[in-house]
Amino acid sequence: MSLLALRDVKIAYDREIVHGVSFTLEPGAVVGIVGESGSGKTLTCRAALGILPEHFRISGGSIELDGHDVASLTPKQWTALRGSTISAVFQDPASYLNPSLTIGSQVAEVVRVKLGLGRRAARLRAVELLASVRLPAAVYKQYPHELSGGMLQRSLIAAAIAAQPKVLIADEATTALDVTVQAEILDLLAELRESTGLALVVVSHDLAVVAQFCDEVLVMRDGTVVEQGPVEKILYQPEHEYTRLLIEEHESYGLERYLVTS
Amino acid sequence: MSLLEITDLDVHYRRRTGRLHVLRSVSLSLSPGETVGVIGETGSGKSTLARTILGLVKASAGRIAIDGTDVASLKPRQWRELRRRGVVQYVFQDPLRSLDPDLTVLDSLAEPLRIQGAAGIRDKILKILARVRLDEALLDRLPGELSGGQRQRVAVARALITEPRLVLLDEPVSALDSANRVQVLELLKELRDAGTALLFISHDLGSVAGIADRIAVLYEGEIVEDRPSADVINAPVHPYTRKLIRSVPTLRRADRRTPEGIPA
Repeated sequence: MSLLALRDVKIAYDREIVHGVSFTLEPGAVVGIVGESGSGKTLTCRAALGILPEHFRISGGSIELDGHDVASLTPKQWTALRGSTISAVFQDPASYLNPSLTIGSQVAEVVRVKLGLGRRAARLRAVELLASVRLPAAVYKQYPHELSGGMLQRSLIAAAIAAQPKVLIADEATTALDVTVQAEILDLLAELRESTGLALVVVSHDLAVVAQFCDEVLVMRDGTVVEQGPVEKILYQPEHEYTRLLIEEHESYGLERYLVTS
Repeated sequence: MSLLEITDLDVHYRRRTGRLHVLRSVSLSLSPGETVGVIGETGSGKSTLARTILGLVKASAGRIAIDGTDVASLKPRQWRELRRRGVVQYVFQDPLRSLDPDLTVLDSLAEPLRIQGAAGIRDKILKILARVRLDEALLDRLPGELSGGQRQRVAVARALITEPRLVLLDEPVSALDSANRVQVLELLKELRDAGTALLFISHDLGSVAGIADRIAVLYEGEIVEDRPSADVINAPVHPYTRKLIRSVPTLRRADRRTPEGIPA
């Protein structure tokens, strides 16, 4: 059974903004969504997380999360599912952390609330989680402003996987980071997938980021999925003009022009 | 002779905690018609380099010569004189910073020509608009009434209108979406092919590589590698450059499960 299944999901404000998104995510699989800001990729993710902004609603289609039709979920049921079944990390890690609390105490808080552990046990688990995202132990006692963007994002990934979710959505999670740091975070996500069987939805404006480890790719523009398919097909036989533009950008202006392929 | 010649440039900022060394003996030269990409990540000193070349930050030591004039010691008036000669122009990441928000597109484009005392201003403006593929109807708009892509094309048009021999670009496409990025890059490529020298400063090797003849890698205030683009990309020498090249996501190596790369 799929962990996450979107069937022709439409999202509306006063008018329809996302015009039908469908994909299914199997355990341990990776689906990529590529598109500019305003393409509807973030709204789609937020719908799957049950956190659409105010006045936005799912106006058509259905979302099934780990066997639950999300339309029938009460806010309380949603809260129980978030973190333990589906979780997410976003672009600007600093804005999701309290600047006046240590990183460790914030991760431990998530553990305490989500897993119902006592303070001491939560602290130990938080230390383990920070180690699992390759942060040095000293980070536990540090404050957000003392850490680099990459370390903050690692901290948030630690918090996101604290309750062992089955699905992690990474929405432009590496966009604000330096490219060398981005590579480290992408490697970490791939590692977590290997070691825990976590299924991923990777969202980016850069086709090359998404294509790195996705099985299936959705290309979105102006609220519409303009092309969707296995990553090989998207890269080698793109059909839509916009997908071709994304590839052309890399081929003409990126490293690809010079790379010697063996 | 080099159009831009930076020799042993040192920049440090004074901080309460002591000196903060931002650039250390940076040397870089650009010949007429050459396009060089300076790549650096957060804290590499790339913004300081751009600002120092433009005279906005004072060099602690070293020399910056633009078309034979040592600009490190220029007074603001002398800088204006240099700009009036139309040798150097610049484009920033955020066109709202390089365009006056109170000037219409027409006035923004006319200003550098008026300063130069050029003739045939209207003709030149129409010509440059066609070149950056902007509609004449936009001439009466203010920067705030344009889309991000249109704004950046106006900023590029303004930089080009005096036909400078050197254009300094500081993250010119970082804030744009793919469609606009490709258009601006195409424009820069045309400019390069027409013989204008470009110094393209960016954190994003992926958007610079394709039009740069040479790539200079700036790391912790030093240029650790400065060679032809193909060499830097295929055979990086410095450990940091190797890490950087490995990290840049490419479609060729998009599928990490087949590390030998996918056939072109």
